[in-house]
Amino acid sequence: MNKLLEVKDLQTHFIMKNEVVKAVDGVSFTIYEKETFGLVGESGSGKSQTCRSILGLVKKPGKVVGGEILYKKQDVVKMSKDQLRKIRGHEISIIFQEPMTSLNPVLKIRKQIFEAFDRTDMTKEEKRKKSIELLKLVGIPSPETRMEEYTHQFSGGMRQRAMIAIALASEPSLLIADEPTTALDVTIQDQIMQLLNQLKEELGMSILLITHDLAVVAQMCDRVAVMYAGMIVEMTDTFTLFSTPRHPYTNALIRSLPNQKGANERLEPIHGAPPNLADLPMGCPFHPRCKFAEEICRTSRPELTDLTNTHQVRCHFLNKTVGFQGTFTPDKKQGGCDGENS
Amino acid sequence: MMRHAKKREIPIWATKPAFIVGIIIVVTAILISFFPQFIAPYDPIEVNSKAILVAPSAEHFFGTDNFGRDVFSRVIWAARIDLQIGVFATIVPLIFGSLMGLIAGYYGGVVDNILMRIIDILMTFPFTILVIVIMTILGQGMRNIYIAIWLVGWMAYAKLVRGEVLVLKNAEFIEAARVTGFSDKRILLRHMLPNVVSSAVVFAASDVVLCMLTGASMSFLGLGVQPPTPEWGAILNEGRAYIMNAWWITFFPGLFMAITGIGFSLLGDGLTDFLRTKGK
Amino acid sequence: MNGLNYILKRILQIIPVVFIISILIFLMLRAIPGDPARLVLGEKATIESIDAMREKLGLNESYIVQYGKFVKGIVSLDLGTSLTYQRPVIELLRSRVKITLMLTLISTFFSLLISFPLGYYAGKYKDSMFDQIVKSGALAAVSMPSFWIGLLLMILFGVKLRWLPVGGWGNTFIEQIRSLILPGLTMSLLTSALLIRNIRNSVVDISNMDYVDFARSKGISERAVKNRHILRNALISTVTLLLMRMAYMLGGSVIIETVFSLPGIGKLMVDSIFGRDYAVVQALVMLFAMIILMINLLTDIIYSFLDPRVKF
Repeated sequence: MNKLLEVKDLQTHFIMKNEVVKAVDGVSFTIYEKETFGLVGESGSGKSQTCRSILGLVKKPGKVVGGEILYKKQDVVKMSKDQLRKIRGHEISIIFQEPMTSLNPVLKIRKQIFEAFDRTDMTKEEKRKKSIELLKLVGIPSPETRMEEYTHQFSGGMRQRAMIAIALASEPSLLIADEPTTALDVTIQDQIMQLLNQLKEELGMSILLITHDLAVVAQMCDRVAVMYAGMIVEMTDTFTLFSTPRHPYTNALIRSLPNQKGANERLEPIHGAPPNLADLPMGCPFHPRCKFAEEICRTSRPELTDLTNTHQVRCHFLNKTVGFQGTFTPDKKQGGCDGENS
Repeated sequence: MMRHAKKREIPIWATKPAFIVGIIIVVTAILISFFPQFIAPYDPIEVNSKAILVAPSAEHFFGTDNFGRDVFSRVIWAARIDLQIGVFATIVPLIFGSLMGLIAGYYGGVVDNILMRIIDILMTFPFTILVIVIMTILGQGMRNIYIAIWLVGWMAYAKLVRGEVLVLKNAEFIEAARVTGFSDKRILLRHMLPNVVSSAVVFAASDVVLCMLTGASMSFLGLGVQPPTPEWGAILNEGRAYIMNAWWITFFPGLFMAITGIGFSLLGDGLTDFLRTKGK
Repeated sequence: MNGLNYILKRILQIIPVVFIISILIFLMLRAIPGDPARLVLGEKATIESIDAMREKLGLNESYIVQYGKFVKGIVSLDLGTSLTYQRPVIELLRSRVKITLMLTLISTFFSLLISFPLGYYAGKYKDSMFDQIVKSGALAAVSMPSFWIGLLLMILFGVKLRWLPVGGWGNTFIEQIRSLILPGLTMSLLTSALLIRNIRNSVVDISNMDYVDFARSKGISERAVKNRHILRNALISTVTLLLMRMAYMLGGSVIIETVFSLPGIGKLMVDSIFGRDYAVVQALVMLFAMIILMINLLTDIIYSFLDPRVKF
């Protein structure tokens, strides 16, 4: 498999008058051709800023302050605005979470699709044809009339489809989907996910899927990275992540999922709140919420360690977490409580 | 989440010094208006035929006008009248308009409907035009300026307060008070008023500027304060004939008016910011 | 409902408003103490002419008949005769309304010229030094008396530098434009300040919207992002505000025209109030009201075109 995108030690910080928020703090991962890579985490874990960094869309006062983002071996961070614009939309596209606010309310859908062809020398007729084709592809009925409408005339699901159509307009190799279904109804969510899966197969592109929803990951992704406080805490293939999660946070996330098989099992919320990124706790950022935290977790920050070739975990106690399973049993949880005194 | 942290940081920081400057200006202006006799070196209406149209000097800081009156003393004494216009022309509409808005919003119904329609129609017309039209009917003079501004000014407050009352009407604690069986009067004055009055007061802080400028404009046009009473707009009007060779008669009163206006605007902006951050 | 129907509907909605305003103006002359016929004709009028005027205004008849005659007068453009000028009021208005409209247009032009670049860049570079200066300037501009600014400009450019006339109205078109520059600039100051604030805040808000990032992610030029997305959306509230301000500028003409001795309808209003020329005052109030209603109508229509979300 060929590497498509390689993020190396990315650091995106928000530098303000009296504090620095390290939204992304040393993130590395690789996306291969034709795969779906998931980036999972709570809101504020830095996953959205990671994907914004890839397209140079970080809002002020945020800034990529370190690391490399290699797209087909070219560093996006060092690119000039002009070079970056050639990448945007043509090589890498993005779709956002809120279809309500991600489309311009005062421009017709047609104009917003046509924009994606700005740099081509297509004629108007060609643009029209292609737009209709795209809208059909994403399942918008009677595209000829609907493209003459405005966003407020579209339903939430239709808007998301329109956004996907625009993102696909110039046949990108990588589609970044930033929580594409969070704002939608459950039934529509599923439709959009299926659509993305189908488009990925048809067009042979890769998808970087950002989500807080592990169920979506299970359904969509080939490989996953779990983010916490601007760092990747665990990264592996989807199957391994669910069957043998090794980071306590991943484990807790999985346990907070409603279990389809054992419906009688209790859901477990993760206690505590995500940390303040401007003032991270010493040591492992997860230790205040971790059931296994010991002295070393409070003083020293663990490195992302190779467990196997394809499985990396950021935890001091890899030996302790061996027994983790996707469906966790109460007695094992008790065993882990020995180390907890916070 | 991050965006919030960002937004909350900047405004308080940036507006605080401006707010303090505003307070200093307003307090100074109020002090001047209370004690002009201690600051002004001359009698503001005393005519001096030996010092006509004298340029600013150590003796006459802001020069003298065509009657030899000391412009500095006139400008200082004028602060009293102009601030009076600004404050009184604001307070009456503030009280009356807020009450009307409170009642209209709380009771609703046909009267509220008609009242608001009329206010909507009238408020599309510029403030100045409405005041001038009323002045035409009433005739010239200070007293009529007040009446004209009062008649026009209350509408903005009524609209503002009514809007807030409509939102509050369905709030739980009002509902609770109503269910408990409190009288309408008690609910209106004890529960509603304290919650809606802050935005009206904040609006009033900037409204002072508008009222002061309107009063001065009327006097500038010759419709308000009559000579020789010192008033910034009236002094400017008198000095207008001499701008070719005595710029100081027009320059200084306007400068004082501008600084006072800026002071009240800064105060109003600061209050608005406080209200907004408090609401968050 | 389509756009044309919407416009028709809005025009129909204006009719009751016109009715109410005409009643208010009708009552205005009668609210002034004294005999309206004498008010219109002045102190020196003869008994016979007053009787004739009473007959014409229908003062001996019921209020309803009087109002009917009043409306008939307006519709047939018979607005009476000016006491001061001894000419039909309609003639007076015709020669002067052009000046005030030109003044309003010029200051609208100045307002746009000043506020768009300043507001856009203040918003784009939010909290920068430039933004702070622009914001302070806007605050100062709304707090200052316009007639003072006018006089200062007059002293500077008219008296000291002698670049522009200190006041009055020229004979040739070039002269006329030159004599409108200072008053136009003065009048535009307040409007510019309000527009700058609005544009700045819109640009700040809109730049934060996801659709701007999404547009950028398509790889379009920054210019297209600015024009098609940021400014296009900022335009909606700005144009609405500007049109509303045009009505207010008309009100400001009363003061500005007095400062610069421009013979427009604003100055005519002040002169007529002093000259107790009530026939003219009444006609002017009606004229102001009609122009303002037209502007409001125009604002609604333009708004509905600018913002597709408006439901007709």
